[in-house]
Amino acid sequence: MKTVAMFIPCFVDQLNPEVGMDMARVLRRVGYAVDFPEAQTCCGQPGFNSGYWNEARPLAERFVQIFGASDADAIVCPSGSCTTMVRNFYPELLAGSSLLPQAEKLAARVYEFSEFLVKVAQVPDVGASFPHRVAYHDACHALRELRIKQQPRELLKHVRGMELVEMPYCEECCGFGGTFATKFPMISSAMGETKAANAEASGAEYVTSTDSSCLMHIEGVLRLRKSPVRTIHLASILAQTGSPATAGNIAHDAAVADGAR
Amino acid sequence: MSTPAQEFLRNAATKSADLAHRRTIRTGIDHYEAAVARTGARFQDWEAARQRLHEVKWEAINHLDKYLVEFETRLKERGGHVYWAETAEDARRYIADLAARNNVRTVVKSKSMVTEEIDLTHTLEKDGVKVYETDLGEMIVQLRNEPPYHLMTPAMHLTRAEIADLFREKLGGVESDDPQHLVGIARRALRKAFFSAEMGISGANFLVADSGMMALTTNEGNGRLGTSLPRIHVAVAGIEKVIPRMEDLAVIWPALARSAVGQPIACYNTLIGGPRAPHETDGPEEFHLVLLDNGRSELLADPEQREVLHCIRCGACLNVCPVFRKIGGHSYGAVYGGPIGSVLMPHLGGLNKFQHLSFASSLCGACTDACPVKIDLHHHLLQNRRNAVQSADRPASERAAFGLWSWVLKGSGRFAFFGAAARALLRVAYSLGLARTPLDPLRPWTKAHAPPEIPAKSFRELWKEQRGAS
Repeated sequence: MKTVAMFIPCFVDQLNPEVGMDMARVLRRVGYAVDFPEAQTCCGQPGFNSGYWNEARPLAERFVQIFGASDADAIVCPSGSCTTMVRNFYPELLAGSSLLPQAEKLAARVYEFSEFLVKVAQVPDVGASFPHRVAYHDACHALRELRIKQQPRELLKHVRGMELVEMPYCEECCGFGGTFATKFPMISSAMGETKAANAEASGAEYVTSTDSSCLMHIEGVLRLRKSPVRTIHLASILAQTGSPATAGNIAHDAAVADGAR
Repeated sequence: MSTPAQEFLRNAATKSADLAHRRTIRTGIDHYEAAVARTGARFQDWEAARQRLHEVKWEAINHLDKYLVEFETRLKERGGHVYWAETAEDARRYIADLAARNNVRTVVKSKSMVTEEIDLTHTLEKDGVKVYETDLGEMIVQLRNEPPYHLMTPAMHLTRAEIADLFREKLGGVESDDPQHLVGIARRALRKAFFSAEMGISGANFLVADSGMMALTTNEGNGRLGTSLPRIHVAVAGIEKVIPRMEDLAVIWPALARSAVGQPIACYNTLIGGPRAPHETDGPEEFHLVLLDNGRSELLADPEQREVLHCIRCGACLNVCPVFRKIGGHSYGAVYGGPIGSVLMPHLGGLNKFQHLSFASSLCGACTDACPVKIDLHHHLLQNRRNAVQSADRPASERAAFGLWSWVLKGSGRFAFFGAAARALLRVAYSLGLARTPLDPLRPWTKAHAPPEIPAKSFRELWKEQRGAS
């Protein structure tokens, strides 16, 4: 049996644990053994993006050592942004480090979740069922750094009972941007409002994406404006198989059920 | 007195909440995007065109010493004057002295960002010279006493009703806000200026080395009038404007028009190679080209960011930028706004003064995808941020926070401990009803967001439990 090592972003670990559990369920369902290297913490992106490269570098080196030691066939991450950090930015951050060759080797083994399912595992139909109208938000790093556009849509088209709709301006940034959201909250929330309005205009019940960080931002704006639209991570849609679960609390129920098993 | 960063924060926050501004910009950019989609299809292979442009500019920028001298030699052979200005002050002085020597009272200008960069108009006005902007958008913002809002479409932020009101107040004769009628009014006002001006000032889109000619692109024909009617023509160009060969224009002109305004090709593309020759019937008696450095050589010396000099000032990166769409062009407080400005300004105007612009980006990368010369814009923002942390003023609290962040994340036990503590604190605070109050620990976030649900257990805890149970 092929093995996947899960790369769980720090904020997914702390704030959206159900997303990691759901990803594990889907990966197992399509035939992979799933491992979680417990020494992992954070890829270093928040510091790197804020200009603190010297503070981010030891975390990158740590990451390369931890996942470099894993003999899993692939490393899979439920975030396009964190995958970008390892694949596109580690070579720049670790230029001059003795770990650079290892980092470059590792970069080729790290995949964003939807990309892994479609390109590597080649299972566009993971047997999911989610009878709702859903819009896909193109997360910037997935779209423009990793060129992931069709893979999540491909997966969503195979979900039973689901209607996939497109939002106007689906490729426009939601405004999260990591520390950008805290340094420039007015700009970030103005961008979030536009995204929320476009989500509402699409008629979708849910907005989904490859990245929990974008979704946390969009959800916070949606709920503040008392919008009926909710967000749900792609992994949490794909984890649904049609067992009784109520809309709105699906991901949470799933995590509890999974955790209690 | 507030710092440029504080001013930026204030202006950006105000503009972001201005819904009328948001609608005006969205309308303008929807038109732009539709036009680009239409003309973009005329390129058999847009990516190949971008690659070619990138290579042409790469060749020019990496051989500036050769191409600039070649350009200068050819232009001088036809009687043009070339002045190498190291600083903005050098350029201003040269042009102001030239105007004074020739008793110039009136100047007509065609649109040029580099003359904004050196603040030329104010210098001439102080000397008593009347300066007319002749590009319609530039004329509008000049009448409003404003800098250009956008480096390609200077009056993008105004509706035609606002322009009609402005013309009614400043020019008179306004009967409606019909665009053709308004253009007619501007045209009549400008004709007088064109015929009375002793000096025409323009920028230059490109300096063609192998022929010693400058290329000027406009859509209104004002560039041709302004560079041929007055007795003296002065062109100002950054040293990065040079391109090796005339034939390079075959790809540059259509690409510029597409990226700038979504046209197959601009209405007027003019090549100017010097003053009127003895056998010619029109053109200026004197032609001066001011080559401006103003910090560009230092950028050239930086191999990491040298390619920023490839910019052809099309403005595409501004149009696609979601931050620009919210904060508008004036909030940047810089000659060059939008993504290219945020990358460039720390080099031209000082890292400490302009570093905040590089942080005011979600790093979405739309600019990089839109750039016709393939400048890696959003990655340069990251490099500017790194440079700022290395050598500019950053808050001590921020430096300490990232030091702590790095230390915590160097151990998974520490990470789990601090994560659990933070979640426990938030859960208690929220159970006490402190969400969205001044005591909310996530206060900056929850000003604009509903408070997040804080899970009782982290992923690693759930994972352990699951493994223990199976």
